[in-house]
Amino acid sequence: MIYREAGQFKTTYASDQAIFPIVQDRVVVLLAILAVFLVPPLAANEYWLQAVLIPFLIYSLAATGLNLLTGYAGQLSLGTGGFMAVGAYSAFKLTTAFPQINIIGVFLISGLIAAGVGLLFGIPSLRIKGFYLAVATLASQFFLIWLFNKVPWFVNYASSGTITAPDRAVFGVLVTGPNSTAPMRYLMALGFVAVFALIAKNLVRGRIGRSWMAIRDRDIAAEIIGVNPLRTKLLAFGISSFYCGIAGAEFVFLYLGSAETLAFDINVSFLVLFMVIIGGLGSILGSFLGAAFIVLVPIFLTNAPHLIGLPLPVALLKQIELMVFGALIIFFLIVEPHGLARLWQITKEKLRLWPFPH
Amino acid sequence: MVGVFYAVLVAPFKDMAGSPAFLVEVLIGGLFAGLMYSLVALGFVLIFKASGVFNFAQGVMVLFAALTLVGLMERGVPVVIALVLTMGVMVVLAFAIERIVLRPLVNQEHIILFMATIGLTFFLEGFGEMVWGANVKKLDVGIPDRSFIVRGVQINELELTAALTAAILVTVLAVFFQRTRIGRALRAVADDHEAALSLGIPLKTIWVIVWSVAGIVAIVAGIMWGAKSGVQFSLSLIALKSLPVLILGGFTSVPGAIVGGLIIGVGEKLAEVYWGPLVGGAIENWFAYVMALAFLLFRPQGLFGERIIERV
Repeated sequence: MIYREAGQFKTTYASDQAIFPIVQDRVVVLLAILAVFLVPPLAANEYWLQAVLIPFLIYSLAATGLNLLTGYAGQLSLGTGGFMAVGAYSAFKLTTAFPQINIIGVFLISGLIAAGVGLLFGIPSLRIKGFYLAVATLASQFFLIWLFNKVPWFVNYASSGTITAPDRAVFGVLVTGPNSTAPMRYLMALGFVAVFALIAKNLVRGRIGRSWMAIRDRDIAAEIIGVNPLRTKLLAFGISSFYCGIAGAEFVFLYLGSAETLAFDINVSFLVLFMVIIGGLGSILGSFLGAAFIVLVPIFLTNAPHLIGLPLPVALLKQIELMVFGALIIFFLIVEPHGLARLWQITKEKLRLWPFPH
Repeated sequence: MVGVFYAVLVAPFKDMAGSPAFLVEVLIGGLFAGLMYSLVALGFVLIFKASGVFNFAQGVMVLFAALTLVGLMERGVPVVIALVLTMGVMVVLAFAIERIVLRPLVNQEHIILFMATIGLTFFLEGFGEMVWGANVKKLDVGIPDRSFIVRGVQINELELTAALTAAILVTVLAVFFQRTRIGRALRAVADDHEAALSLGIPLKTIWVIVWSVAGIVAIVAGIMWGAKSGVQFSLSLIALKSLPVLILGGFTSVPGAIVGGLIIGVGEKLAEVYWGPLVGGAIENWFAYVMALAFLLFRPQGLFGERIIERV
């Protein structure tokens, strides 16, 4: 009842191929986009923007990137943290060497650099797959982090070994650096996520996405119907790393402010992979749901004992948090192995039929 | 240019030839580290063979076993009883994992099971530290940590004991797999789940046994690592180090895990000592992976891996 589609006819190919073919969906999505652009910058406080919403957006972008690679093209990767580091360090090098380039351009170029590195480390995928490939991508993770640690050129010979986001403005408004305000950084992150989620959605609906899925589902069959595995797999690695690179640059410039390589260690790779799997492999929406889940759960777990007035020592709290986090992951995998996106799909089906059973 | 070639291709070998005793010491150190990787990789292989689960939690199982053992001993339990109790704990753990994690996830894709074991990693880490405390502990089960010198080469008794223990463990496992009834059932399951089921081999029991055996292997690895460098959280990180060992040896081969571990251990020690200074050191972290990758280009199925990976 809520979702009444009766009477909505598609009279053109364009309307048949729309991202949201149902009117209600379109309205809801448009309203949601308006809301996320307007409400949080005006209503949310510094804590919510800085500790919850900005990391959520950045992780969503990274998860979308990994989902393109793992969910759509079927190439398991544990090198996300490394590729994010490439994005972050190239953005830092670029913007300190050429301050006149607009920071948006800097982010895009660092994405391209990350894409190049991703292409390079995607080459083993032509020979191996599955867990062997996952372990192979770990090589990129460890090597890249080591490289950024060892070569002082990457941090402009700073003795602290950290990279710091300088003040940079877009249209005269500071969006990065210590003097920028949280709402502005939020809008910057949101703008990137919105544009690139749209691009990702269209990528996976089109020829490229279909060739990825063909490779994922049965690579030999895909090759027989004319999908070039070399080009397709490398393209997946490149585009995925592009997304991760931009996310990495945002991670330092919009979220942390300053960072060392530790911010991009192996745990980040796992975290993003969690988001993709909890959210749903092969679903752009799933990347967002997964990111929300992984960002929110630890915050909730840290604050929950305070809320119910149960004072616990910090160390114990940390351990309980770990346990609950692990247990929740197992629980969600058991309840819905296809991820939160699948749960949403089921809900939608129900809404379309409700209150009639069929 | 010539200088670079000399530094990379000639000088390290000159160093090696210059002091053979030091070279042997480096080799022994590498073999010992490799042995430790092998022990962790062995647990991986056992579980992967029997249930197709890529058990990321193996490293944390090592930590958990060591923590339990140390925790019990700190409370005044004699070594032998503590060992037996720890084994009991690992068996109970295997039961719980089979019951709570694996059984509801039967027939899911590999990546889902892999993720579940990462969830397990988080859980065990938190659980172990909550029960036994998070500070670094010294594990002393009575293995002497003295060194003696043979022909100018320093040899550590602890390392010798570790090598012996590993050898005994592998022999026992080999006999267990080849000679006993359960061992045969395990191999049948590893070969083909469905065929094994149709012969009346209880898959669930087999899984519990395999996870228990992996747990016991984890205890041995935990004792060795713990005696060497104390029981601490970084123990669970050796799981990551054993991954290139798996690539090298193949996911399904027990001898592969051992030989792969030794090759990785020696290789990364040699690289670190003789080539590391050229690029600023600390290459141990990634060298093993690059080595495994280079190896994969020529033999994608690993040293002893039985299944050739499909080429595209």
